[in-house]
This record gives sequence, structure tokens and C-alpha cells, in this order.
Amino acid sequence: MKLKKGIPVIDQGDRLGFWGGKFGGNFVPETLKKPIEDLEIQFNKLKNDKYFIRERDKYFKNWIGTPTRFIKLNNLTKHVGGAQIWSKVVSDANGGAHKIYNATVHCLLAKRSGKKVIIGDTGAGYAGKMLSMAAKKFGLKCKIFMGAKDINRQQPNVKAMKKNGADVIPVYSGSQTLVDAVSECMRFWVANCDTTAMCVGSTVGPAIFVRICGWSTSQISRELKVQLINEFGEVPKKLKLYNCVGGGSSSFGFWNEFMDYDKKQVEFIGVEAGGPTKSKRHAAPLTYGSKIGILHGAAQYVNQDSDGQIEETESISAGLDYPGISPLHCFLKDTKRARYTAASDEEALKAYQIVTKYENLRPSLEPSHAFSVALKESKKFSKDTIVIINSCGDAYKDRGILEQKLGKKYVKSN
Amino acid sequence: MLNPISLAFKKAKEDKRPALLTYTVAGDSSKKQSLEILKAISNYADILEVGVPHNTPVADGGQIQTSSYRAIKNGIKMNDIFKIVSDFKKSKNSKPVIFMGYYNMIFQYGENNFLKKCKKSGVNGLIVVDLPWPENKIFSKKCKKNSINFIQLLSPTTSNKRLKSITKDSHDMIYYISMLSTTGGKLKVSPKKILSNYNKIKKISPKKNCVIGFGITEKTISNFKNTDGLVVGSQICKEITRSLSNRQNPVINVSKMVSKLRKKIS
Repeated sequence: MKLKKGIPVIDQGDRLGFWGGKFGGNFVPETLKKPIEDLEIQFNKLKNDKYFIRERDKYFKNWIGTPTRFIKLNNLTKHVGGAQIWSKVVSDANGGAHKIYNATVHCLLAKRSGKKVIIGDTGAGYAGKMLSMAAKKFGLKCKIFMGAKDINRQQPNVKAMKKNGADVIPVYSGSQTLVDAVSECMRFWVANCDTTAMCVGSTVGPAIFVRICGWSTSQISRELKVQLINEFGEVPKKLKLYNCVGGGSSSFGFWNEFMDYDKKQVEFIGVEAGGPTKSKRHAAPLTYGSKIGILHGAAQYVNQDSDGQIEETESISAGLDYPGISPLHCFLKDTKRARYTAASDEEALKAYQIVTKYENLRPSLEPSHAFSVALKESKKFSKDTIVIINSCGDAYKDRGILEQKLGKKYVKSN
Repeated sequence: MLNPISLAFKKAKEDKRPALLTYTVAGDSSKKQSLEILKAISNYADILEVGVPHNTPVADGGQIQTSSYRAIKNGIKMNDIFKIVSDFKKSKNSKPVIFMGYYNMIFQYGENNFLKKCKKSGVNGLIVVDLPWPENKIFSKKCKKNSINFIQLLSPTTSNKRLKSITKDSHDMIYYISMLSTTGGKLKVSPKKILSNYNKIKKISPKKNCVIGFGITEKTISNFKNTDGLVVGSQICKEITRSLSNRQNPVINVSKMVSKLRKKIS
């Protein structure tokens, strides 16, 4: 299995949509073949259309707000005493997380194809919140599928979705989390694909959704590359990019522009959710060696039993609480371009405390996983190493959990 | 010699009626009971679809999901499902069996092992909901080699070009999904429209047995008497759920329902 240079990773799949011959694909009911094919034709055409790109960039700039900040975390750097620690503050984006890029692109595509309704899944509620915002912006009706358990633990985002006029549809099947929300959303699409567009909230699902999402979030690394050159005059010689990985949309977008660099120069570190220290149901299929299986239309490493039933996961962060992982990350793992590890719930909470103690930055529980590993490893790095953590979400949505776990003082200033 | 599935269609044709296909989930509500249900309904049905329950079913509606989750919760495993089929096949009135499920279960078992086990336990056909054409080309060939019918699905969104290619690659039986819906949806298209699509398929591929599924219930089934076969699934699963919550015997109730269905198309 080999990563090709000079070709975007999203375009390295084969004729049937498999990366490296075995990750991804289109394991979908016959009914969805046609709408997926239509979307493929549309996307393949538009992603090279300069007018479409201009339109995208206009909304990215004026509505989402690009570029998001790239800042040095001076206090943390001093505290840790090793590498220079920086952050790409993607949570600056309109809505407070990277999910806005994919949501905007899907709404632009839906509008062009004349669809009036857009549906989407959500875990932490960001994908849903952003889709509801974008749908409102572009005059589309919006339905969001969300696990009942997640609705309970991510109330601020649920309120935001409703405020934007979206129907939030609770999903009670299975574990009542993201995995079931995605299933239910796909089922709704099966029954309504003639009138409705679907947005998959991460780089998961049938191949075309993986590609559209990866293409959209790559905005993050496009900005970062320019910011690095402005700051250092070049892409630094020792650069390490840390990102949390659930479905894998923010990390893929954070890394994409640097794909062709040697990994000795630009290393990618993906941090999965290890769950509570004493649990076994880790949402970390890459770290803990899950087998390849099929979930939501794509072949990927996925937590499952020997029969192939998908296993429930457990993580403090709803956004990472997913038993599978993007086929793109399976591909990056097996080609050894990226390195994957996990942080536990407790480690993520501790990292959140440290970051908020030293810096004026409040990463949500998802990027707190990445901070945890980055802070630990930075100690051992030389001073000319540049460590960057993608702070891809804001902790506002987590205030309920944080209050319960850490007490009121950690959330009062939010 | 005709394979058992084609033979079942031939017999129904001799009776001048469509074949009746039922769908029940293996292990719903228990291993023992699902076997009893199969035995009871095979007095009236011509071909039995046995659902292999999966916990992320992207094409199934509420009723079949409920049945599947119930079966999984009660501990059903792949090997139990094979055992149910082989026990059923030993009973005196057994009928051809088609597995219906999702590809991950086959993938984890290993395609070759799975087919070997199907052959051994008496499974005659396979419907793999999320393995569409052309992705299924290699696997369907393997099925053919093992004398197992791989059943291609067609839907209202299938283009004419696709239709031709799929029917060309299909075995003796094809399955037409009547409408854009998950299983168990209300029939939202007129029977006339469904039959016109059905006839289009028959025109392209007159020799293949084409069944219609999705939205077929006691209420709607008599609209489709002039077809090769009809599948009833969700209504049966719903009847099991209803029986259980009323503390009645699902075996008796389901058997009554299937007998009625059969009368409506005879």
C-alpha cells in the first residue's frame, strides 16, 4: 500500500472508491447508488470549477471567517519546557468548530442540485449545529439526527440547532450515540433521496462523503501553511501536528496540505479517544488494533465482535465516541504516514485543566485529547521543534460535563 | 434439475399465483421460537427469507430493527443461525431458505467459509443488502459456484443501463424494491406504478423470477397477484412484537397471518 505524491489523498481511491485497495468503498443499498453517483458527478465537476471555488472561498472568508488564528502558547511552552507549542484555533470559525466547512460545502452542492431539504447526523452536536446554520444561510430545510444520549449531554448545541430552525430527531436505537444517528440518517436518505440531500458529518460513510468532507476541511491546512511561512519564512524543519481523531474530519483537514512532506519533517499524530481508564469500550480502533469491517457504507478499522456486530464505545467526548474511523486514516495508518495513539477521559480532562490554567484558550473535550498527548511528548522535543495542536472545538458545549467533573470554577468564565 | 428456489416459483406458477416469500429474523425472539415460526409458516409460504440480524442496519425500518435488536440481545450468533436453518431443513415440510443480511457478517466469517457453511446447513440463496452491483460481482460468482442463488436487488432509482447490467449478472431470482423506503414503510407509490416498473424488468429479463418487496402487507398484497413472487417482512416482525407484548404466542399468530396472506393471493 502506497501513498502517492502530487495527487490529493481524497482522489487516490480506485474506481470503486477504495483507498489502498481495501478502505472505503460503497457498501450501500441499491436505492442509494443513483443519488451517490449523481453527487459524485456533481462534485468531481465542481471541485475543479473556478466559479464554484470562488463561491466557496467567498463564504469561507466572509461568513465562516478565514483564516482562523495561529497562535503561540507562550505560557504552556514555558511550563512544559521543550518544544515550542502553538495552536491553530479552528474554533474561531463561525459556529465554534471545523464542522462548518463541510456543512457549507454540502449546502452549496445541495442548492446547485435543486434540493430543498438537507439532513445530517451529529454526535457532539457541532456537525448538526453547523449544518443547521448553513442550511438557514442558504434557505434549505434541515433535519438533524442525534442519539438520545448525546442530546442529553450536549444541550447547548441542541438549543443552537433548534434556534436555527432545524428539526432535531432523537435516535433511540442501539447505544443512542453517533453510530446510531448516522444509521438513522442514512435510513432517512434511503426513503427520501429523490428530494433530500444528505450531509455526512465527518470523513466517514460512502466514499463520496469521505471525499467531500476531506476536501472541505482541508481549508484548515491551506491556511496554516500560509501562516507558517509568514511566521517562520518556510515550513519548519521539525513540525509536529497533533489532532484528535473521531471520524477524522478535522485531523485530515489539518494535515492535508502537508501530505507530501517527509514525515521526518512534518509528522502527523492522531489522538483517539481511549475512554475511561478502566473501560474496555475504547473508541480507538486504530490504536488498539481493531479488525477491518464495514460500517456506514465503508470498509475501515472498526470495533466489532467476532460475528461482525458493531460494538458500543465509551468516551467523555461525544464527538469522538464512534466505533469506526475514516478510511482516509486507515490508509494513512497503513502507509505509515500518520501515527496514532489514544488519550483517556481522565487525561483529556487533565489537559483541559492545564491548557485553561496557562492560556486564554478553551479547547473542547475533543481537542483536549490531542493536547494531552502533545503536552506529554513536547517535553522530550528540542526547542526548535514546532508542535501545533488543532484546537478544533470550543468548550462551551461541554460546560455541563466539565461542571460535573471539575466543578464550577473551571467553567465560570465561559 | 431446477434449484429449489426456481422449483418453488415453478410450483406457484402451476397454481397460477405468485410465490409467497416471508421474512423473519433468526433468533427472534429466541433461537427456539424462531425455528418454530419457520416450521409453522412453511405450511403456507413458498420461500423463507431468514434475516441475519445486524446492529447497524442502514436499510431497515422500525419493525425489523426491533426484531433484530431483540434477537441480538437474546444472544444470537452466526453459528446459531446456521443451526436454525439446518434444523429447519430437517423438518418434514421445509422450504427453500434465503439469508438476508448485511455484508459485514459475511466478511467477518470469511466469504468462502460462509458459503461452505451455507451449503452445509441448506441455505439456498443470499440477499446482501449493502453489497450492490458491481461491488458484488466476485462474490456472486462464488455463490454460483457453490450452487447458492445470489439475489440482485433493483430499485426505482436503478437506471435502465444499470438494470440491464444487473439482470444480466443475476441468477434465477431478482428482487425489486417497490419504492424509496426502508423496510416497513407504508406503500407510498400506486400499485399500478410498481407493476409498470415490474413489467419493465420482466421485459428485459423474462426468464428470471422477479419478486416485489417493501410495503407488501395483508392490505396491499392482492394488488400484485400477477407477479412471480411477493415478500412480506415487516408486517410479520410487527406481529411478533405485538404478540409478545400481549403475552400471546407469536408462533400461532404469525402462522395465522401467513395463512391469510396466502389465501389473498391464491
